[in-house]
Amino acid sequence: MLRLEKRPAPSRAWTAATPVLAVVLTMIAGGIMFALLGKNPFEAIRIIFWDPLFHESFAAYSRPQLLVKAGPLILIAIGLALGFRAGVWNIGAEGQYIMGAIAGASFGLAFYPSESPLIFPGMIIAGALGGWAWSMIPAILKTRFRTNEILVSLLLVYVAEKFLASAATGFLRNPEGHGFPGSRNLSRIESMNNPELISGTGMHWGIVAAFIAVITAYVLLNKHVLGYQIKLAGQAPRAARFAGVNPNRLIVLCLGMSGALAGLAGLFEVSGPAGQISIDFNVGYGFTAIIVAFLGRLHPIGILLAGLLMALTYIGGELAQLMLQIPAPAIQAFQGMLLFFLLAVDVLSTYRIRVKKEGVA
Amino acid sequence: MTGEPLLSINNITKAYPGVVANSDVSFQIQPGEVHALLGENGAGKSTLVKMIYGLVRPDSGSMTFRGAAYAPPEPRVARSTGVAMVFQHFSLFEALNVAENIALGMENPPPQRDLAKRIREVSEAYGLPLDPDRLVGDLSAGERQRVEIIRCLLQDPKLLIMDEPTSVLTPQEVEILFHTLRKLAAEGTSILYISHKLEEIRALCDEATILRLGKVVGKCTPRDTSAAEMAELMVGKSLATPARDNAELGEVILKVAGLSVEPSNPFGTPLRHVGIELRAGEVLGIGGVAGNGQDELLAALSGEVTTPPGTITLNKTPIGDKGPNERREMGILCAPEERLGHAAAPDMSLVENALLTARQRKNLADSGFVNWGATRAYAEKVIADFDVRTPGPDNVARSLSGGNLQKFVIGREILQDPTVLVVNQPTWGVDASAAADIRQAILDLAQKGAGVIVISQDLDELLEVSDNFAALNEGRLSNVRTTRDLTMETIGLMLGGAHDMHDLDEEAIHAEA
Repeated sequence: MLRLEKRPAPSRAWTAATPVLAVVLTMIAGGIMFALLGKNPFEAIRIIFWDPLFHESFAAYSRPQLLVKAGPLILIAIGLALGFRAGVWNIGAEGQYIMGAIAGASFGLAFYPSESPLIFPGMIIAGALGGWAWSMIPAILKTRFRTNEILVSLLLVYVAEKFLASAATGFLRNPEGHGFPGSRNLSRIESMNNPELISGTGMHWGIVAAFIAVITAYVLLNKHVLGYQIKLAGQAPRAARFAGVNPNRLIVLCLGMSGALAGLAGLFEVSGPAGQISIDFNVGYGFTAIIVAFLGRLHPIGILLAGLLMALTYIGGELAQLMLQIPAPAIQAFQGMLLFFLLAVDVLSTYRIRVKKEGVA
Repeated sequence: MTGEPLLSINNITKAYPGVVANSDVSFQIQPGEVHALLGENGAGKSTLVKMIYGLVRPDSGSMTFRGAAYAPPEPRVARSTGVAMVFQHFSLFEALNVAENIALGMENPPPQRDLAKRIREVSEAYGLPLDPDRLVGDLSAGERQRVEIIRCLLQDPKLLIMDEPTSVLTPQEVEILFHTLRKLAAEGTSILYISHKLEEIRALCDEATILRLGKVVGKCTPRDTSAAEMAELMVGKSLATPARDNAELGEVILKVAGLSVEPSNPFGTPLRHVGIELRAGEVLGIGGVAGNGQDELLAALSGEVTTPPGTITLNKTPIGDKGPNERREMGILCAPEERLGHAAAPDMSLVENALLTARQRKNLADSGFVNWGATRAYAEKVIADFDVRTPGPDNVARSLSGGNLQKFVIGREILQDPTVLVVNQPTWGVDASAAADIRQAILDLAQKGAGVIVISQDLDELLEVSDNFAALNEGRLSNVRTTRDLTMETIGLMLGGAHDMHDLDEEAIHAEA
């Protein structure tokens, strides 16, 4: 009989090994699924994991996409992870992402057609503030009235989406756009453009910000008292209070940080890859980032890798649809398997499996 | 007592992964006997009674009950055979009344009216006053225990198992309980009585079986054996009683006046006009049955709950509005009752847990950045000085046994050299030798001139360590009395809430008791 037995302390070796194991298991289970669909499983796996990076004809296009897609995911997930570590559940990063983009774009467009070099830095600050302000709504409601931040932040996503539609068709609409919804194309305006910094890599300021966020979060969590307090509040709220942590201050801080980072991600996206405020420029990065945060075990380095892996399966998945005519739901199922196995094998880091013979009573 | 034993345990062994809870345990209980099962935490008492009650099955060995083979697969079978058990933690619904709670535990409950009548009969017959119509939420801990006992007695058991029954009772309630148990025994019901309180066992039990590390290490007749001898058998070595030289008390260092705190949750107890004057070198013991405001008092002293500035003063500085870290800097350190989750974070290492309270006084962080080297060194010092048994400071707090973690928590505060130390239940769930070490450390600290407040439900502990004693009852603190002038009877009245003790002369006390 197999039995699970709780380890006295989580195993560090298994914590590191489980993501690799999960990827391998996903490849096996996904391969079986692709074979049942009548596709060559080895080819499909190769197209998803290998070709986006190394295929001689697509890689030139898809390799930069890796950073473009991973950047916002990582930036948002880092902020979310700080909150999740503290037990503050910001589910509304998508809304903060939208509001950051609108605030940043509005700041820039308000000065159109100024060529000042201060415009882009101003947009960055405005973007961060926009996301921050949107996250302060659940923060204040929670600290003042004990509302649930999960519900409030989530529902505010839909409010933000309506606001985005109104911005794209109303106050931000391109006056020279022949009545079509959508703002001026920021990426074509010199002073507001978030350009590709190194040609052919996809690297833009948002990705630089994501790397800075990873390093800062790593230092914060491992070396700084604030990071210690965040972890303490998440693991043992009573002990945190005993250690002098003010829970309300921490809620405001964590929601504020994750909101500001989501807002930054939105601003960098709208001024770069997306180019303009349109009704549907957001593609769900704010929600996917929640998955990335957990995939990365709420650890900054883990999130960096998880963001890249997530981006890879998206790009590879699209490629597999194109090349092998694998249906889109099968690709989504494949991505779902990855999550499923990651969470399932997680049990190995806190439990060990023991084979037990049925004892004589 | 001769003849066929009621219950006979023969060579029972039960192992859990990594630990043998019971190894080759044998003993007998005669009809009408009060049999004590004595041992430290982790000696295997609980596992053994769980096997008798059918909650756990032994790996090997056998039991016989009234001559027949007995191997209950589940508690229901144990109950129908005639074994009943009163657990240390009650399983009662506060929103239901006594009769409804009792009906919930029965296989075929009679109609409420008949049941209420039977509850009255049984409670009168055994001297356990209890009104079947009262809500359990309004009952004291002692009364709740009566509900559990009457629930057992209605099954007409042949063997009643009681797990640490007196830990929540005042001395007067203990007397009532013992009276009931003696009456039951006289009628032929056997009682298996689990405890580590030696004086109680000497007063109540006919026979005692002593367990240590899962093995039977001795049997004795408690009436003829001294508490010291039993303790030695239980622990495996002789214990030094904590002691210190009689010290002169110094100036008042901590003053609490008119401290009233509303509880933060609906089940808490409000503090009402609590006043304390603590002198340098003094150990003030605060007794009381659980749930009378102990947690709230500690939270108010630690700064987790803030109050108007003037209600608490340290060396004449008002500090009522200061938070925990500011108070630590000023020299007030605390060790809460709940080790895992309050005093320490369960899944953090001992190094991280050292940072929890020692950051200010030990300068473990420089402009917000943690000095992990210094923190590790401090954790190692606590481990070494307080004999904390752990493979190393990187082990997480929950991997330590209760006693070892408690030594770490107390050591972490004492080595910061506090002006005032407040501890709540410092030796709860801690084995006897570790408890003696902790008490000695508290006395040594007071000897060096610190003031110590020990909040505890263990009266023996308070009598052993404290210079002065006060009782906490429903959030009110009694007048402070000198410990050496106290009798158990007086203490019982203080715990029971006779607040104007100083107005009562000895006669009145006797009259009430």
